Amino acid sequence: MNWMRTWAMARKEFIHIFRDPRSLGMGIAIPMIMLILFGYALTLDVDNVPMVIWDQNRSQASREFISHFLGSRYFSLQAFVDNYREVKQAIDSRRALVSLIIPPDFAGCLASGRPTPVQLIVDGSDSNTATIAMGYAEVITMTFSQDIALKEIQRKGGQVVANPIDLQPRVWFNADLESRNYIIPGLIAVIMMVIAALMTSLTVAREWEQGTMEQLISTPVKAQELILGKLFPYFMIGLFDVLLAVLMGEFLFHVPLRGNVALIFAQAAIFLIGTLSLGLLISIVTKSQLLASQLAMVATFLPAFLLSGFAYPIRSMPQVLQWITYLIPAKYFVTLLKGIYLKGVGPRVLMVEGIFLAVFGLIMFVLANKKFKKKLT
Amino acid sequence: MLERIKQILIKEFIQIFRDPRSRGVVFVMPILQVIVFGYAVTTDVKHVATGIYDRDNSISSREVVARLVKSGYFEVKEIVSQEAQVRELLDRGQVQALVRINKGFGQSLSAGGKAPVQLIVDGTDSNTAAIVLNYAGKIVAQYSQEILADRSARLFAGRQPFGRVELESRAWFNENLESRNFYVPGVIALLVMLITLLLTSMAVVREKEIGTMEQIMVTPITPKEFILGKTVPFTLISFIDVILITLVGVYWFEVPIRGNLLLLLLATGLYLMTTLGAGLLISTVSRTQQQAMMSAFFFQFPAVLLSGFVFPIANMPEVVQWLTFFNPLRYFLVIIRGIFLKGVGVNILWPNMLALAVMGLIVLWTASKRFRKTMA
Repeated sequence: MNWMRTWAMARKEFIHIFRDPRSLGMGIAIPMIMLILFGYALTLDVDNVPMVIWDQNRSQASREFISHFLGSRYFSLQAFVDNYREVKQAIDSRRALVSLIIPPDFAGCLASGRPTPVQLIVDGSDSNTATIAMGYAEVITMTFSQDIALKEIQRKGGQVVANPIDLQPRVWFNADLESRNYIIPGLIAVIMMVIAALMTSLTVAREWEQGTMEQLISTPVKAQELILGKLFPYFMIGLFDVLLAVLMGEFLFHVPLRGNVALIFAQAAIFLIGTLSLGLLISIVTKSQLLASQLAMVATFLPAFLLSGFAYPIRSMPQVLQWITYLIPAKYFVTLLKGIYLKGVGPRVLMVEGIFLAVFGLIMFVLANKKFKKKLT
Repeated sequence: MLERIKQILIKEFIQIFRDPRSRGVVFVMPILQVIVFGYAVTTDVKHVATGIYDRDNSISSREVVARLVKSGYFEVKEIVSQEAQVRELLDRGQVQALVRINKGFGQSLSAGGKAPVQLIVDGTDSNTAAIVLNYAGKIVAQYSQEILADRSARLFAGRQPFGRVELESRAWFNENLESRNFYVPGVIALLVMLITLLLTSMAVVREKEIGTMEQIMVTPITPKEFILGKTVPFTLISFIDVILITLVGVYWFEVPIRGNLLLLLLATGLYLMTTLGAGLLISTVSRTQQQAMMSAFFFQFPAVLLSGFVFPIANMPEVVQWLTFFNPLRYFLVIIRGIFLKGVGVNILWPNMLALAVMGLIVLWTASKRFRKTMA
């Protein structure tokens, strides 16, 4: 192993990268755009669900009930409608996602002490929004019923009554339930995969395709030196992206960083070695840029996005898929990042994940070295 | 001219199918992705890992726990006996929710007083946390209501019915609220974009990068024929993939298809014009495959995120919502979900189809104009 030759290789790769400012620019811009989109625009939080109401009763009681819905920030009234056809039209055309239908005898039924049915029609095509909207509606209805019961007892008994069980919810680690607080730390892992998938996976395949690999083979550079030299520039770009992401998280999005920053960078470096080696490995094996890019997407980016627990809870997946996620390194890195960022925990809690990442990095690096043959076929 | 188009089509097909690995990319990858999306992308919340810290251990406190478990949403993972464990369990993420009932809970309930139940939720995943809070709120309120009814029965001698509202929720188009019914049709839109945009632009640029473009330029082929030769194979592959994914969706995931399949194919055609056009446009501004790939990704990634595929457009800031009007994927998703889940037809979907057609014509025209310039 000769450091001079390794450095020469790295310099050559740096020149390649800087000669193509657009690719480099995009390698930095794509992560930034992701951060900005997820920080500002994208959220699974549900509020202001558009709603139409068909009040067939039009009484004091029904208006009181409706005001409970409109008073919450979860629903926003689009229109009052007068018949079923309009309800259907509103939901079919996606003008409303929810429709509340109050029966003609609402007030009478309520006063007589019978259970009063009210219909809620939800557009179920977006199941997540629908589930949450239905949950809100049920809580609002329950509060309304409870108020009636309490008032009734108070009127008859002449004493102030309180609700027997008082649920006191506390949300830890993310008290305001901001989705950006949980998306942005996880996004750092996805961003690194982008670098691996978009930049590293092409680098060796390109040499083969353009025929410059023959020239490299004729030089005294050794396989190990070539791989290290190829890795180094992308490693630097990756770390630079992490730095930008951490800075943006801190100053633009105010994501709380409760743990140790140095720990984030140390883990990021280990993770990068693994993912970049994987990218290189793909490039070495396929020898074709088109194939390498596709394979890299499937092997790095998609699992990091879908199976890492970055946005979709792993516990809700089918058992088999849950087992598969143990093979996805991004899963460990996402757990690490969320732990360091939101919970402020350190190496004591995150030891297992850290070891896993190190092992992954080592295996990938060794494999990339093994698979690379300085030979023409 | 027809002969020349035929020849270049043959060349393209040979190029795509020569390598068994690229056959895999074109046909196996879409199926793989549908399966992963169908199973992994779910925001349903069930079996929340729950810790129980019952310091009261009375009949009523056990009843609260039993009701949470019976609902099916909560799954008891840990029984906690010390305060220190609470922090540890949540830190390690072994439980997502923890119910803490303090001493005296049962006593103050039976004395007719007010008793607190504490629920600690791990907020790192805010979406899950919000749903968990909703579930717990509902279950506890239900129990509370029953205790209240009991008390008033004792107070006024004999049961006193109170008026109460019962919400009968019904979800249209997706009765069981299955996430996959929402996502699987969306994957079609996603994959069509991936195949046409990325593969088209890379296939064109590869000719430039490895120098075979010069050989093509010395043949009598015209730019128009060249464009056709490059786009027709991917168009055909896209249609085959659409059918393949639809089959997997309908027969494997049992996603309902309530609308007209022909309409789906027609809309796919309109959508293809926009993605192929964008792919060609990218190829005119790229010299290397890496540039083409990055540019395609640069276009595709925001297009997917800002389409309503996962994240509802209604939740986005106003300005970003306007931006989504320039996103062809947005319109195609409405069409494809409308056809699959709602079974609606042209009478409701025509504005979206029109938008796709207009965008497609503009993009395709600009792309082929630019393309002819760069080739000449």
